[in-house]
Formats: sequence, structure tokens, C-alpha cells
Amino acid sequence: MDFVNIFIKTAFVENLVLAYFLGMCSYLAVSKSVKTAVGLGLAVIFVLGITIPINWMINEYLLNETTNVFGTDLTFLRFILFIAVIASMVQLVEMVIEKVSPALYNSLGIFLPLITVNCAILGGSLFMISREYNLGDSIAFGLGGGFGWFLAIVFIAAIREKIRYSNVPPALRGLGMAFLLTGLMGLAFLGLSGIDPAAIGG
Amino acid sequence: MAETKVKEAKEPLFGKKERKLLVDPLLDNNPITVQVLGVCSALAVTSLLMPSIVMTVAVVFVCGFSNLITSLLRNIIPNEVRLIAQLIIIATLVTIVELSLKYFDYPTYKELSVYIGLIITNCIVMGRLEAFAMGNKPWKSFLDGLGNGVGYGIILIVVAFFRELFGKGTLFGAQILPEGYFANNLMVMPAAAMFILAVFIWIQRSRNKELVDIS
Repeated sequence: MDFVNIFIKTAFVENLVLAYFLGMCSYLAVSKSVKTAVGLGLAVIFVLGITIPINWMINEYLLNETTNVFGTDLTFLRFILFIAVIASMVQLVEMVIEKVSPALYNSLGIFLPLITVNCAILGGSLFMISREYNLGDSIAFGLGGGFGWFLAIVFIAAIREKIRYSNVPPALRGLGMAFLLTGLMGLAFLGLSGIDPAAIGG
Repeated sequence: MAETKVKEAKEPLFGKKERKLLVDPLLDNNPITVQVLGVCSALAVTSLLMPSIVMTVAVVFVCGFSNLITSLLRNIIPNEVRLIAQLIIIATLVTIVELSLKYFDYPTYKELSVYIGLIITNCIVMGRLEAFAMGNKPWKSFLDGLGNGVGYGIILIVVAFFRELFGKGTLFGAQILPEGYFANNLMVMPAAAMFILAVFIWIQRSRNKELVDIS
């Protein structure tokens, strides 16, 4: 039941945005309406869910000194290979979305290719390495991390849609408020750290 | 900042325009609070002052040199593959930083863990390459990169200063507040970085009305 365990832990307790600040740039920029936030969130789940297992395999079979096919330590190539995998995956997602939903494609605009430089994606892969997950774990970690990111961006988009009607001090409008809200959400999510994933996972 | 001052005096190429490139990103066009780039890696390392400074140095290095290299290659890189080309340049520089840090200062390397690697996806670096280095001469691009790196660092250091001071009562690990000070655990949490940054933006935008978000 490691799968459920890791999924819940990464989605709620160790949320990529709220606990590690990963993917803040697109998180702040695309969270003005719930609709685009959902679209971007889904794209991130997809990209994270795919790239982390692929990067796991690359690390295991091509780079790692003890397990790879070459028998030499190639870990210094890690960043370059990881980012190349991510960039090509994002390119793929971009083409799919453009075909399937041109409206969403237009509303996401520049932020779709920018998923490449969304720190949550590369960060996910690097965390996966530093925590020494196996293949199953890293699939759970990818999906869970993506889901947590999705939740965070949809929540903040919903709050920001409402707060537009409030009388916020001018200097705090927009960015300042978004930071404050993220901080408060982070505190709220801390409450979830009491969850014992083992109890749910059985 | 002292370093760049010395450079100014020696450098004959350093006119008013170049000065603007270097100084503008420090406050009025700060990458984090105004351009909203590179927030990601900015906040996670700021619970202590020392790692923030190491991070700043790393980002200034990567930002400056990736701008320089991209600018040198800007006429050779085909437009279709420019993002990949830029990423490769950045990733190479970050690998250099990572390996040198691992060699010279292993404890800090451990502490920063994945965040050094995340400089690759730091939107400041990429954003400056796209917005500036692809269309400008090498020397100017280099200055622009340095300026943005330092602008990023200023925020990092300000946030880290408050978080370490109030969260632990120390600065650089040395006790500053009296022994009886009861550490404020909120400041150690990630959320505190958000609050400090929000207040920073609040102050900055109150002083400079042009930056206020009217939407």
C-alpha cells in the first residue's frame, strides 16, 4: 500500500506548492480564473505523472554508476537529460491540447510551453532521486505531486475570483494578495500533516 | 555590490545605459516583486541567511554567464529549437555550479539539495534569455544577467534575514537576540516567506504607484 501512502503524502502533507514553493511562477500567473487553472493543473498532473517515471528509468539504467548499462558514473548528465525529457513531454502535451481544445490552448497561452520551466516538474524529478524512490513509488509521487499542485492552483484561483470584489489596499492588489493567500493556505494545509497515510492506506 | 562598483570605474564601456541595465533590476524592475519571475526557488532556501547567500552567488553566476553565452550564440541558434538550446546552456552552467559546490562546501550542498538543480527552471534565467539576451549584444546581456541575479539575491537576503532573526534569534548562526528570546516557529515555516514577501511588495508598491496592479 505504499502507492496510496506516497500519493496522499505528496498531495496533501508535502504539497509541492505550499510546502516547497515549486512551480510558483505559473501558479501566480495563471490563477486568475478557475477555468484556466483547472486546465493548467491537469496538464501539470499529466506531465509530472509521465516525466517522473521516465526520468526514474533514465537515472536507473543510463546514469547511476552501479545499475546502468555502461558501468560508469554519468550522473553529471542528470540535469541535461532530465530537462530534455521534460521539454519534449511538454511539447507533446502542447500539441495534444492544441488539437483537442483550441480554446484552452489559447487561454493558457505562453504558460503552456512554460510548464517546461515549471520548477514543480524538474523539482519532482530531483526529489524523486534524492528520496531514492523505486519505480512504483515514483509513479505515485508524480501523480500525487501533480494532484497537489492541481488542488493548490484551483483553490487559489477560486479565492482570487472572489477577492476581486473586496476592498483590498491598492498596493496589495494582485501579487501581494496572492502571496498572502498562499501563505495562509500553506498554514491551513499544515493541519493536514496530522493525517497518518498508513491509516488510510491500510 | 562593492564588486560591481569597482568594475564600473575600470570599465570604459560603462555608460549611462549600461548602468541602467545593472541597477534597474535591483528595485524598480525587480525580477521577483515586479516581473514575478523565479519565485519558486527563491523562498524555499530562505529560512537561514547563509544558504541564501550561496544561492544568490549561484544564481548571479548562472544568470550572468548564460546571458553572455546565449547572446554570443544568438545568431547561430535556429529559432525553432531556441528553448532547448537555452535550457542546455543553463543546465550545463548549473551542473558546473553544483559540482563546484559539492567539492568546496559539502554541508551547504546537502542543505540546498535539489534547489541548486532548480536554478535551471528558475524563470529569471530563462526569462532574461528570452527577453534580453536573444536580441542584445554580449556585454549588455551580461550586465543585464548580473543585475537580475543581484535583484533576485536582494529579495532572498531580505527574506532570509527576517526569517533567521525572528525564527531562530540568530544571524549566520550567531546569537543576536538575547538568550531568553522565544523562537517564533511561524518564521521557520514556508508560509512566513510568503508573508514577508507580501509585505515587501506592499511597501514597494505604496512608494511607487506605477507598479500598482489596477486589474
